[in-house]
Amino acid sequence: MLMDYISAFVVGGIICVIGQILIDKTQLTPARILVIFVTSGVILTALGIYEPIVKIGKAGATVPLPGFGYALAKGVMKEVTEKGLIGAFTGGVKGAAGGIAAAITFGYIMSIIFNAKTKK
Amino acid sequence: MNKNMTEAEKKKKDYQQIVKQKSPKSALFKNCVLAFIVGGIICSIGQFFSNLLTKWGIPKDESSIWVPIIMVFWGAFLTGLGVYDNIGKYGGAGSIVPITGFANSIVSPAMEFKKEGYVLGVGAKMFVIAGPVLVYGIASSVIVGLIYYFIR
Repeated sequence: MLMDYISAFVVGGIICVIGQILIDKTQLTPARILVIFVTSGVILTALGIYEPIVKIGKAGATVPLPGFGYALAKGVMKEVTEKGLIGAFTGGVKGAAGGIAAAITFGYIMSIIFNAKTKK
Repeated sequence: MNKNMTEAEKKKKDYQQIVKQKSPKSALFKNCVLAFIVGGIICSIGQFFSNLLTKWGIPKDESSIWVPIIMVFWGAFLTGLGVYDNIGKYGGAGSIVPITGFANSIVSPAMEFKKEGYVLGVGAKMFVIAGPVLVYGIASSVIVGLIYYFIR
């Protein structure tokens, strides 16, 4: 139980440090970092590299954005295995559907309820 | 007198050079430590929800869908309250890279552009950052799926 938290903390922390180094060293904007991380998550999962990281890091690997790519790639490969070619188009979004729908719905609701704080 | 001046100037120059050499490095180190801690804490919270769901008897394949949903909710809610941006001030990438940061990137511009209306203000600005993430994420997953279909 405690090991779960420690490995989630360490693996999640390391992934964030990689992002921090990219931001500080390459002048990449946060938007580009997020795009790079999601795409890397997809590619690393397809190559079979991300699955072991998820096994070790658990939420530490699935909560950061590469974990979003992991859900997309895992979903697409599962669906292709089960349904064939059509799965290439339906599997990815299916795999990440929960996160996408939640992001859109909660994002919209919160944007409506709250107002931007005036920046000091 | 003149010699003293040049020596003082030289020392000043040396000092400035040292500052230049040291400060970006130590800033990077400090940023990385903060990113590690903040990112680690956010992932541990995700782990907490994952363990909680398992305790409630929710199967693993379902809880792996619930955890991002819960984390996105908190990311969006705390952004609305204005708390998440304060975390971001210290956390840097530690608050950007987790999926809570993805939620933050949706709510933050949407709130700001609300005055431009609910369609082209909120509706469109939600996807200033989330849009590209979905474009590249989903498109690359389709490509992976196509390749996987042919080489499987």
